[in-house]
Formats: sequence, C-alpha cells, structure tokens
Amino acid sequence: MKIWRGEGSAGEHVEYVVPIDAGMVVLDVVHRIQATHAPDLAVRWNCKAGKCGSCSAEVNGAPKLMCMTRMSEFATGEAITVSPVRTFPLIKDLVTDVSFNYEKAKTIPPFKPKPKDPDGKRRMYQEDVDRVQEFHKCIECFLCQDVCHVIRDHEENKPSFSGPRFFVRLAALEMHPLDTNDRLDLIRAKHGLGFCNITKCCTEVCPEDIHITDNAIIPLKERVVTAQYDPIAWALRRIRRTGPALPAPSVPPSKEPPSA
Amino acid sequence: MAEINTATYDVVVVGAGGAGLRAAIEAHGAGAKTAVVCKSLLGKAHTVMAEGGIAAALGNVWQEDNWKVHFRDTMRGGKLLNNWRMAQLHAQEAPDRVLELEEWGALFDRTKDGLILQRDFGGHRYARLAHVGDRTGLEMIRTLQDHLVAQGIDVFMECTVRHLLTDGGRVAGAIAYWRQSGALLLFQAKAVVLATGGVGKAWKVTSNSWEYTGDGMAMALEAGADLIDMEMTQFHPTGMIWPPSVRGLLVTEGVRGDGGTLRNASGERFMFKYIPEFFRAETADNEAEADRWFEDKRNNRRTPDLLPRDEVARAINSEVKAGRGTEHGGVFLDIATRRPADYIKRRLPSMYHQFKELADVDITKEQMEIGPTLHYIMGGIRVDPDTAAATIPGLYAAGEVAAGMHGANRLGGNSLSDLLVFGRRAGEAAAEYVKGASTVRIDDAQVDAFAKRLTEPFERPGDENPYAIHADLQETMHDLVGIIRKKEELEEALAQLERLRSRASRVRVTGTRRYNPGWHLALDLENLIGMAEVVARSALLRTESRGGHTREDFPKADPDWGTKNVVTRKRDGRLALTTEPIPAVPPELRELIGEDKPQEMVATGEPAVIGGKE
Amino acid sequence: MVPERRDLWWLEPLVIVVVLGTFVLYSVYAGLANANYFYEPYLSPLYSPCITANCVHPHLPIVGSYWNLSPAILIVAFPLAFRVTCYYYRRSYYRAFFWAPPACAIPDARKSYAGETRFPFLIQNLHRYALIFATLLLAFLWWDTFLAFNFNGRFGIGLGSLLLLTNVVLLSGYSASCHSLRYLVGGYLDSFHRASLRYRLWSWANWLNARHARWAWASLVVVGLTDLYIRLLSMGVLTDLRIVF
Repeated sequence: MKIWRGEGSAGEHVEYVVPIDAGMVVLDVVHRIQATHAPDLAVRWNCKAGKCGSCSAEVNGAPKLMCMTRMSEFATGEAITVSPVRTFPLIKDLVTDVSFNYEKAKTIPPFKPKPKDPDGKRRMYQEDVDRVQEFHKCIECFLCQDVCHVIRDHEENKPSFSGPRFFVRLAALEMHPLDTNDRLDLIRAKHGLGFCNITKCCTEVCPEDIHITDNAIIPLKERVVTAQYDPIAWALRRIRRTGPALPAPSVPPSKEPPSA
Repeated sequence: MAEINTATYDVVVVGAGGAGLRAAIEAHGAGAKTAVVCKSLLGKAHTVMAEGGIAAALGNVWQEDNWKVHFRDTMRGGKLLNNWRMAQLHAQEAPDRVLELEEWGALFDRTKDGLILQRDFGGHRYARLAHVGDRTGLEMIRTLQDHLVAQGIDVFMECTVRHLLTDGGRVAGAIAYWRQSGALLLFQAKAVVLATGGVGKAWKVTSNSWEYTGDGMAMALEAGADLIDMEMTQFHPTGMIWPPSVRGLLVTEGVRGDGGTLRNASGERFMFKYIPEFFRAETADNEAEADRWFEDKRNNRRTPDLLPRDEVARAINSEVKAGRGTEHGGVFLDIATRRPADYIKRRLPSMYHQFKELADVDITKEQMEIGPTLHYIMGGIRVDPDTAAATIPGLYAAGEVAAGMHGANRLGGNSLSDLLVFGRRAGEAAAEYVKGASTVRIDDAQVDAFAKRLTEPFERPGDENPYAIHADLQETMHDLVGIIRKKEELEEALAQLERLRSRASRVRVTGTRRYNPGWHLALDLENLIGMAEVVARSALLRTESRGGHTREDFPKADPDWGTKNVVTRKRDGRLALTTEPIPAVPPELRELIGEDKPQEMVATGEPAVIGGKE
Repeated sequence: MVPERRDLWWLEPLVIVVVLGTFVLYSVYAGLANANYFYEPYLSPLYSPCITANCVHPHLPIVGSYWNLSPAILIVAFPLAFRVTCYYYRRSYYRAFFWAPPACAIPDARKSYAGETRFPFLIQNLHRYALIFATLLLAFLWWDTFLAFNFNGRFGIGLGSLLLLTNVVLLSGYSASCHSLRYLVGGYLDSFHRASLRYRLWSWANWLNARHARWAWASLVVVGLTDLYIRLLSMGVLTDLRIVF
C-alpha cells in the first residue's frame, strides 16, 4: 500500500508492505501500518461502519470511505495508492483541513417551523418526509465536496460555491413540510447553485446513495427557475400577489472559529 | 508557567455527542458563555452510531403507554439498581425532548395519522422508540448540530480535553491539546460539563469508536469526584462477528423489534429456554404467542427475543458455550424468513447495507451471524439526579459518562433519551451555577504539572509501542473482565493491568506533535488502563450477579447488594472503593414497579471466544 | 496533477463522443437532404411536423412554397432545444465535449470555470419551455404513427410501423421522465398530503426519472434508426417488411 505521507503541502507516497486477513478494509490496513510501521501516521476515523463519514480518502484516485472499501476489490499483490482528499488543504498524511464545510454550514438560514396544529401537535405524513429523509441520510463525509470539480479544480470558486453537501442540506430545508424560511435567492446568489453543471460525480461517490444531483440539486434548480428565471411564473406571481412579500430569511451570526 | 493560549468561558462542555450538544444549547440559551470541545470533527461523535431509536412514552402507537410504564420498564430493566429519581425524570421528560427535536427540524418516521411512529425494543412494554429507519442517532446529532451552529455557539473541534483544573476543590477549567497542531490550550471556566461517553475501547470486541477511552470518568476521578457502578458494563447481544475486521460492529436491536428472531446452529429459537423468573409473567413461552405479540400486544405476551440486553447476551453466551453456536462462534439472527424483503430494506436500510458491503450477506435472504459485543457502561460519574451535578462544585456530567439512570442494565433506546433529558438538565444547572459563582483562579503549578505529563511521551526514555499495549489491554479485558466474571480472573486482570500501566509509562512517541495518533493513544492509554482497573476492582467487590455484571462464582442476585452502589474515589493518588446505599424508592413509585425482585440464578458460563480460536 | 485513477475512466466520455457525434452528423446530413424522408405511409420523425407547402407529406402547410430548403430546418430547433437543455444531456456533453470534468476526480480541461452562472448557459434554465414545445411535437409524432398503420385505407403493420411506434413510445418516455416535468406535476410542493393526485403524478414521474438516461439514449438511437430505415426504403435500398397486410 502506498500512503501519502507529509506535513503541510509537502510530501510523497511511501510504500508499506503488510499481510492482510480475510474481510479487511483499507482502513484496517492503514491501522495495521500505524501499529507496526508508522505510529505517527495521521488518519481520521470513528465508527468504521460507514456511518460517521470520517475516513474519507482517495483510494487509487477514487474518493471513498476507507472503512467501506474492501481489500478483496483489489488484485492480490497490487499496490494500492491511498491519498488524502484533494479539495481541502493538507494538514498531515491523510488528514486535511475540512473547515471550509463548517464555515459554509454557518451561512445557512436555519429551520423555522410553521405554527403547530390547533391541538398542539405536529403532523407530517410519511409521503411528505420520505423525500427529505433521503437527504438526512447524509453523513458529512464530504466526498461529494472533494469530487466536485467546481472547487476541486478551481480554488477561486470556493467563496462563491457551497458544494453538493450543502445543496443537499438546503434541499432538505426547502422541501421540509414544516419549514417557512425562503432561501431560494440565497441558494443562487450566495451558495452558487448555478456553478453546478450537474456532471453527477457527487452522486457517484456518495456512500449513502443519496441521489444528490437528481433529487436535491436539480429540484433546487427548478425551484430557482420558478423564483428567478421563469417569465410566466414571474407574471403569475405579480398577478396573484395580494399580501406583502416574504421577509428575507435571517442569516445566523457567523463567528470567527477558534483556531489552533 | 509555560506559554499556553487561554480561552475563557462560563461553561465548557466536553464532548459533542447528544448530551454535550444538548447541554451546550441549554447553557447558551440560559445566557452562559458556552463552548463545546470535542475530540473529533463536529457531528462524528458516537451518538451518530445509535440506530434503533429514542425511547419516549409519546403514546402515539399504544395509547396505554405513559411515563409510569416507561419508568417501570426502566427500573425493572436496570434490576432496580437505578437511581429512581433519574429514571422518573427521564420517563417524564423524554417525550418533550423528542418533540423538541422535531421543532428543530428532525424528521422521524410517521404513523398513518401523521404523528411520530414508535417501534418495539427489548424490555419496553409498548412500541415506544421514536426512530428514523435504523439511523436515529444520525438524525439526532445532525439536528442538534445544526441547531447549535445556528445559535452561534463556539466549537473547538479535534481538541482533546485531558485534565480538569481545580481551584480549592471546585472546577476552574481544563487543559487540552489541539490534535491538529499539538499545541496546548487552557480553558478557564467556572463550570465544566462532561459528556465524553464511555470506555468501550478497553475491550477487544466492542461497538465503540476510538473516542471511547474513559476520559470524562478519569478526569472526574482525578479531580476528586465519585464514580459509581463501574462494574456494570453492557454487552449488546447482537454484534457482527464475521469477517474478523468488523467483529463487534453493532447490529441494531431494531432487527428483533421489527420481527427478527435468534436461532442457534440447528435453527432452534433458543430464547424460549432462557426466560428468567423476573420476566416470566410478561414473556411469551411459545413461538406462536411470541409471533402474535407483534400484532396484538393486549392479548399476548412479548417475545423473549426482546428480553433486556443482559439476559439475551448471557443466553447467547451459554448457547455458544454449549456447542450450539455457529462456525465463527456466534448464533444466527434471522429476519429473512420472517419479513418480506422490501420491509427489511425500508425499516433497516443501514443494516442491509452494512452486511451487504462488509460481509457479503444479504439479510433479506440469509441469516446474520452475531454475538455479544461491549456496547455501553451503565456506571460512571455520580450525579445529582435533578441537576446532573457531580460531587465537586462546578462539575456536571450527562450521558453515558454519568451513572445512576440505567442501574445494572440499560434498555435499548433509553440512551438517546438519557442524552437529551440530562444533557438539557446539566446545561441548565451549569448556567445557573455560574451566575452565582465567583471568578475562578488558574493554578499555574497545576497547569505546569499537567502540561509536563502531556508532552512527556516525546521526551522520556523507553521503547514501548502504544498500539501493542492497547491491543494487550483489550485482550486482557476481553478474556478476564468479559460477560461472565470470577474472582481469580479479576485478580489476574488487575495484575496484568499493573504490568500494562508500567509498560505504558515507558511508551516513547516518535514524530512531531502535529496530528500524531501515536502520541494521542499514548495519552489515552492512561485513562483506558485507569478506568479498566476501576471496572475490575468494582467487579471484584460486587459479589453477586445483576444486570451487566455476572459472577460465575456468585450466580444469584443478592437482595442486600440490590440496595448498594459500589463507589470509587481517588484520595491521595490511591483508589478507594466502598459501598453506599441507593436512595430508596418512594412508596408511590415502588408500587409502579411491581414486587418481584431479581434473585434467581442467571445463566453463566465461560466467555465465548468470539471469532473462533485465535 | 496526474490523476491517480487507473481504471478505464476515459471509456464513458469516448462512447458519448462517438454515439452523440454520430447522431449529430447523421441528423445534419439527413435533415439537410430534403429528400427521401417519406415512404408511404411512413414519415421520418426528423421531418415531423412537416409545415411547408413544398413538403412531400405536409401536416400544416403554414410556410408557403417560397421555402425550398429542407422542412426539417424549420422544426429542428424544438427537439434540439429539448435535448440540449436536458439535465441528462448536459451532464454528458459537459463531460465528454467540454471536459468539465471528463470523468470524476479527473482534472478539468480549462483553467477557469463559471458553470451555468453566465450567458449562454443561463438559457439552460428554460428547459421547461423546451419540454412544453417538445411535448407538442409528440402529438404530431403520435399522429404519424397512427397513419403508419394505414396502408391505402387498410390497416396493416410493417416494420416501419413498428419502428415508428417504438420511436414515439421512447420519445414520450423521454419527455415523461424529464426533470422539469417531475417538478411541474408536483415536485414544487413541500407537502403532498392534501394533493394526492399530484403526489401520484410526481411518484410516477420520479420512477420514470430515475431511468431518464436510458430513455434519452434509447430514444436518440431509435430516432436515427427510424429515419435511416425510411430513407433506405425511399431510396429503394430496402423493401419494407410487411407483417400484417
């Protein structure tokens, strides 16, 4: 196994040879290398069951969770290349600085529910929550952010593009049966939905099989079309409008994060 | 004093799982300047792994359900060792906490009437667990995380809190290190809420992640607080056992809640042989009645597949020991023959995925091979039931790190609700406490001593590998402090722990301080070994079998022990273990529980060698 | 940077370039040919609806006889616009022709990138209008298919009838599985509970939409083959296979 080693942006792939057992995944091998050859080998992981989304890396160039990539996928004796995700700044070995994502998360207007039913309960129906539950499966592994060429290959787009993970999040809020915040203008202007050219790599790498492009991004694009581009929808709104316009959603206060 | 950056807050919450996030939201909401500090990235804490659901007597599926039934189930499941007041508060407040998550955007599965759907789980009389398929923990942590971020609360990610600082017996803050840079960081705070989870990583076969190194308990003990019931460890009956690399990985109780059953190698549904006297009146003794119960709870008794976890884990252990186990030393969990494939995929998507991806098993067609895995510790920091305050001023604890709520055995689903109920109470009480507390003073000598201990592994002579010591520790705890315990083995464990401790003091770390897992583990070893010792000592002291603690040499529950907690304190650097009486349950609540007491012999046996001979 | 992917990532864009490129070249040739697009009773789908007076088989001769070029030129914009702005085709040609990116985790060909935030790509946002016009054209194609079973006043089935039927079914499927349609029939709602008809329509559209790529390719290939078949019949290269007279 060839693993990227290095602190900061400098580094190289170092080859390690270790025996493997039946059923092992790439993360097991990384751990074995850590225990026997390189105790300071930096790697993030938690659940080792594909549920927390910590161990994202690029295995033979493909963005994957190391805990869900089985060694049996590879030919015996083949050297496997494991590299850190490329979209984010390197910290050490397989660990990158993913704070981009946590900063973007702060810019999303939160859930704001409508009033309760008269009996004080909240009612939602399975057919209404099914669609959003797919988005809530997201484990924030940020593989979609890693593979998205808009920021992977174009560093300069980072300030104006939030990435597939946050379109999933925004879609979940926009389609939530109880939510009352309107974020469509922000989605276009601030989160950069228009940068997405729906090449679907986010969907391809999603370990949770969320249909990010088809079910989150494209429906958002359609909603943005109605709100911003569709001339007939615009005319209908002008005719129908009776009350005042919806107030702009409040953006949560974004604090500077404590830094190391 | 060494040059260390200092961050000043009113309340510092250590841990960003369900309890930590809920505590921080509450403390912040009450006006306290609050920070959350966590070892991993935000949203990766172990709560994310919780699958089955949140126990709360909402009464959406069975109107007969209410807090009194939930209280009764919790007390009986905990073999009456619980702190009754915690069990009561928990049962009463859990529904509000669940509904509150919905206010913050959570989307639970729904009933036909549009309310929150509830599912069956072990030890709960009615279908009670609010859930989202089998990824309830993810829904919960993400909801809390998003809500916390929207409040603008400061989060210190990948920052490990290592020691509590004290000022004349009360909490003054904590010392931590950034995992990314290796730099030390000082928190000055009047109150600290510990929400650090358990100590599962001391065992080999465990469902817990690397974060579970007993930090909170170790820090509290060091700072002078009491721990109780540390011998009460829960082995979840259903962990994966094959292939070896996934051994211990959790298989949700929801599989049985949704109709799955346990079978031994010859296909027999063996749980009918293991119904204890304590639960006989409410448990079906034949397969037909057990199967009918899923549809009609009024006229049938519950299936023994859903007995509390301690009973099921012991039963599996006995089957395997009697030679009726599977090839890899477990038993079968079968839902394939009992429910249609599309139902399984809809109700248990991540189980389907997990087995398919990691074990090449299609659970809609084949049986799962499973065995017990260390899952939870009921023991922990002794807290005041109403305020979650530990026994030193300014220190609070909530979630798995705290003790009392679950007694000798925790019911599935009671953990997520515990996090919410007592997380909120801890945050509220901490914020209230800081209003009246005077400014704390940081003791430079204390800081220097702790700072030295943190960086010591780089400087001292030695040749020990921290990974090897950790593996040996896990082996020791698995072999000698497992599901079934006895005096000789516990004593041997203590002797081995002593040797491990001395090896750990000779660990030498290589490389730089920047994101160095070898260094992090070297520091964690101290907590792991320390808490392993407390578990072993407590287990040696409690000469009876109850809940998560089973002694082969004392196989019966002892009524006298049923009224006592094992208390651990550290005085002058030495552990002191005593017993203290449990607060008596008031008569009106006593009535709810029923008169039966757990006294019969429990099924004991050698710990199963899971995964076959090594 | 050199990509670390070692699999055949270039295969998919290559296939897209070949298939899409072949279709475009063929349809330019066929559309400009202004001949051999009708063979009793089959009209090539590339020429439907035929709206010039000079057409061999006019539907609606709204363009006078002054128009001497191919009648296909006048209508090509509609199916073309529908396919060009289609979410699925966008994915494919952005990858295969623009190389933005050629495949996942393979670097973009260009240094700067603004996606669909600027003209002319902003026009992609009007896909729903292209859908509406393409759906109107479908009516003509169904009419053509109906006529394709009419052999001098008698019912009959030829290979051409079946091809035209397959073609119109696939084109209908392609339209029905459109992302914009899915939005318009119900996807815009946040709650379906009191909108059961829209929920049902949306669910169907959703099911079809998951197979949008397959509809897109199958309909594209069959349109080309149908035209080719009619062309070859008309040129006398083939004779129509009659199944029922």
